[in-house]
Parts: sequence; C-alpha cells; structure tokens
Amino acid sequence: MKVQGRVFKYGNDVNTDVIIPARYLNTTSESELAAHCMEDIDPDFVKTVKAGDIIVAEDNFGCGSSREHAPIAIKASGVSIVIANSFARIFYRNSINIGLPILECPEAVKAISAGDVVSCDLGEGIIKDETTGESFKAEPFPPFIQEIIADGGLLKHLTKSQK
Amino acid sequence: MPMTMSQKILAAHAGLKEVKAGQLINAKLDLVLANDITGPVAIKEFKKAGVEKVADSAKIALVMDHFAPNKDIKSAQQCKMCRDFAAEQNLENFFDVGTMGIEHALLPEQGLVGAGDLVIGADSHTCTYGALGAFSTGVGSTDMAAGMMSGECWFKVPSAIKFVLHGKPGKNVCGKDLILHIIGMIGVDGALYKSMEFFGDGVKYLSMDDRFTVCNMAIEAGAKNGIFPVDALTLEYMNGRFKRSPRIYMADDDAVYDEEYEIDLSKLKPTVSFPHLPENTRTSEEWCEIKIDQVVIGSCTNGRISDLRIAAKVLKGKKVAKNVRTIIIPATNEVYLQAIKEGLVEIFIKAGAIVSTPTCGPCLGGYMGILAEGERCVSTTNRNFVGRMGHVSSEVYLASPYVAAASAIAGKLAAPDEI
Repeated sequence: MKVQGRVFKYGNDVNTDVIIPARYLNTTSESELAAHCMEDIDPDFVKTVKAGDIIVAEDNFGCGSSREHAPIAIKASGVSIVIANSFARIFYRNSINIGLPILECPEAVKAISAGDVVSCDLGEGIIKDETTGESFKAEPFPPFIQEIIADGGLLKHLTKSQK
Repeated sequence: MPMTMSQKILAAHAGLKEVKAGQLINAKLDLVLANDITGPVAIKEFKKAGVEKVADSAKIALVMDHFAPNKDIKSAQQCKMCRDFAAEQNLENFFDVGTMGIEHALLPEQGLVGAGDLVIGADSHTCTYGALGAFSTGVGSTDMAAGMMSGECWFKVPSAIKFVLHGKPGKNVCGKDLILHIIGMIGVDGALYKSMEFFGDGVKYLSMDDRFTVCNMAIEAGAKNGIFPVDALTLEYMNGRFKRSPRIYMADDDAVYDEEYEIDLSKLKPTVSFPHLPENTRTSEEWCEIKIDQVVIGSCTNGRISDLRIAAKVLKGKKVAKNVRTIIIPATNEVYLQAIKEGLVEIFIKAGAIVSTPTCGPCLGGYMGILAEGERCVSTTNRNFVGRMGHVSSEVYLASPYVAAASAIAGKLAAPDEI
C-alpha cells in the first residue's frame, strides 16, 4: 500500500489530550472527533488537512491517555500515516488495532520539513521525501502485527483465527 | 532464565515456564475494564465484529466515572450504552451512580483486583493495581473489546527498570512526591514499553495508598506497568476484600534490569510538576511565586482516604484563600463515607472547600472545575498537558495533597511548612 501527502510536523511528547481534548470525548462519532483533531496545539490543522496528508513528529507521539479516540480522530481527518521517532505504547497498539498506519524512523523525522510532500510504501517501509528527493527505510512491523493489519484490525484477526 | 516480577506474572498467565523480554505472548486475563468514555468505543467494536456473548461476564468491569453523573446529553447517551450492554451481557461488575467510584480506587477496594492478577483496562491509569502485586496495564478500546470477546490479550514481554527505595519519607512528603521525583529524573518516556519495579527497605514505609499513587503514575513515565512486591501490608489490605486467592510472585534475585536507581526516601522534598509535562518537576526550594485560582484534591491518583486525611490535617481550622476555588473529590463512596465518619468533610466545608460526589471530571477537563483562560490550578491529579483541565492557556501544577491543601490556604503554590 502506497500513500502520499503533505507533511504536518510536530515536536516531542504530542499527547492524546492535544490530539483530541477530553471535552469532545462524549461522542464516538469519527467525523465529530476529526473536527477537533489537534485543536489545542494546531488550530489550523483541521482547516488545512487534506486526505492523504502525513503527520511527522519526534519522540513519544501519543503519550498520555489510552483514548482510542486519538488515532480515530487522526485517521478520520484524512491523515494517511504518522511517522515519528517513537510512539507511546498504548497509542502504538491502538493505531494498529484501528488500522492507522504508523512508522518509526528517526532519520526521516530529522530530514523531513513541514510542508514537504512525502510518499510511503507501507509494505516495504520506504519513506520518500518527494520535495527533497531523499529516501529512508523504516523497520517493518513484526510478522504477528503485519497479520493483524492484513486481517483488517485486531477483532477481525481474532474472529478469523477462532473460525 | 531469571525473570522479573512482571515477567513471572505474564509467564504464568500465558501457561509458559518462562518468558523473556521482547517475546510476543498470548495470556489469559483475570479482569478487563472500561469506563464511560472508552466503553462505548469498545462496545461498538464488539458489535461490529459480530460477537454475541462475552467470554466471561464475571471478568469484566464497567465503571461510569469519567463524565458521570452525566455531564450532558451526549455523556448520558454513552452511559446508557454501557448500561444497556451490561444488562444484555449480565455483567456482574457494572458500577453506576450509587455504586460507582473512580475506577482505579474502586476496583482494589471492591476486591476485584489483587496480587498475581493480569489485568487490562481501557484507561491508561490501569497500571495502578501494580501496588497490589498485579500486572496491570492500560490499553485502548479495541484491545478491551478483544479481551471481552476472548478473555485473552497479546503482550510483548517488557524489560524492566529497578527502583530500590531506602529510608523513610520525611514530614509532609508522600507517594506523590516519590513518583513525581522519579518522572522528573527519567522523563515522560523514560520507561517507555518497560516495567517499573520497586524494591528495597523503603517499601515498608509506603502505605498502600502511597503505592497506588506511585503505580498510578507509572504511565506518566511511559511505562507499561509499575509493580510493588507483596508484603504484610498488601496482604492486610486484600484480607476480607480480594475475592480470589492472592498469588505471590517475586522477581528472581538474578533478574536482569535495563537500569537501576537507588532512591533515599528521607531526602525527598515536596515536589511539583510545572506546566505542561509531568517531567517538569521542581522541589519546594525551587518554586517561584505562582498565584492560583483553583485547587483540586482527588482523582485516581490521590482521592483515597489517606489523601483526604492529609488534606484535612493541613486545612483543619483554616480557611482557603479568597478566590481559590477548592474542590475535594473522594474517589469512592466508601472513601466518602469514611471521610464523613472521621469529620473530614466538616473540616473541608468549614475551610471553604466543596466536596463532590466521586468523578474523574476535572482531572481531564471534563466538568466539575474547568479552568478559564490563563487560570492556574494546583491539583493532585496526574497530567498537566496543554488544555488538560480547560482553556488552552490555563495551567495545572501537579502536587501531593499536602501541597495542594497548603496552596489552597496560601492562595499560591505553597509547601505545608510555609503556612
């Protein structure tokens, strides 16, 4: 699977409270959550994000609360992938479980600038900055996690293996 | 192969003789938890997958605590969705207004979690139960739904950081100061993916409530879990509460740790996390003058009876400063009733504070104490991220109940010996 989009770049410790503030957690509606995505650190995000766009961030992306509403809001806002130096562990699991692609690649994070157009080959873990022409290779997921993603999420994976 | 305490619990629940860090395992769960925020997403996923029955209705807990008593119509709908699901699935452990409390204070108190358990919860502070010698960790709603459906969960076995505690905490210092000190030392991702395991002769000087506070905030260092060894105090706490038999696991003497820290509890000072990260800690000697508008004493971190006793000790016979809204929230009805019996509630009300029914409300900026533009709050809660308790320009200072109560009286960030 290949994705391409324009980059929104953030720093360290982007937490789930700023990805989707708790005042909006009284709903499970994906579109309502997406309408407030990143509101408290980047009020322009929802006004400018387009389908396919990419979030690039530094260390510990998604730290804090276990709210699955955070990766849901990011995915529903149209973001095709989040690339970071590292992810907080619950956010990492949640992203896989709901089918939001994520990659850890510090080299790419260092080189990519906000506004660059970036493409990713998810199967190969290849990240290309189309603006600068530089390419990067991320560590692929372990096979067990690739199976969950290929089955379309954790519950589908489990229902399949129970059959 | 030597194992850590966390690894031993995981191995036992995976039916394996041994496990090693990095290994992927599937393990049987003793309890699966969700609340009124994460429950609805889990229920939606559960239904979407076409599952009809939960694996074991006795091993699921649903606690209506975040926006309950219902803060608005949408929150009411979310609680109703959980209530209907609990009825449909005959869930034994559904806690609604009247029986509910803040989940991580409630479940240990009700004896639903205990030593040797493996617990997942769709709430990041599920790591609290490590205080009882359980392996417990926060997950998202889909993992929770999978746990309800299968009674199992996959884990990547964590490595661990060892914290050896020595000595006895001094005056006006408690578990909160210890965990804030640790987070300040290792950072908000200092224990990412790892277990935080506590050892040493200092453990016996930490009350169960202190240990709950410490394990509760393990997630604030990025940890998968925090865990204390089981001792006489743990057994005494579980006695008459815990509905199963405790299973006691101890780390092997030659277990391997990624890092080791020695902490002298007697040297800890009142510690506060300044905005906007729990790792921005400063001890009382390093504080500057911070005028405040609100104080919150409560939450899954510090809403237990010991915390209220500390607050009452500081507030007794005093008045909170003018214009400092002081909100005290007993974490459960049992804590609330005990506080009434001990006269703590009277002390709080006479001091000019209010006492609320149990709720997570203000901690996450839900309701019951939202901050306006530029306002500051000293809070015994667990996170001080941008906008956590209200307006994006408001500020939260994380503190112990000693510091929070002293600050309420002083009208500014203050240590108890300043008032």
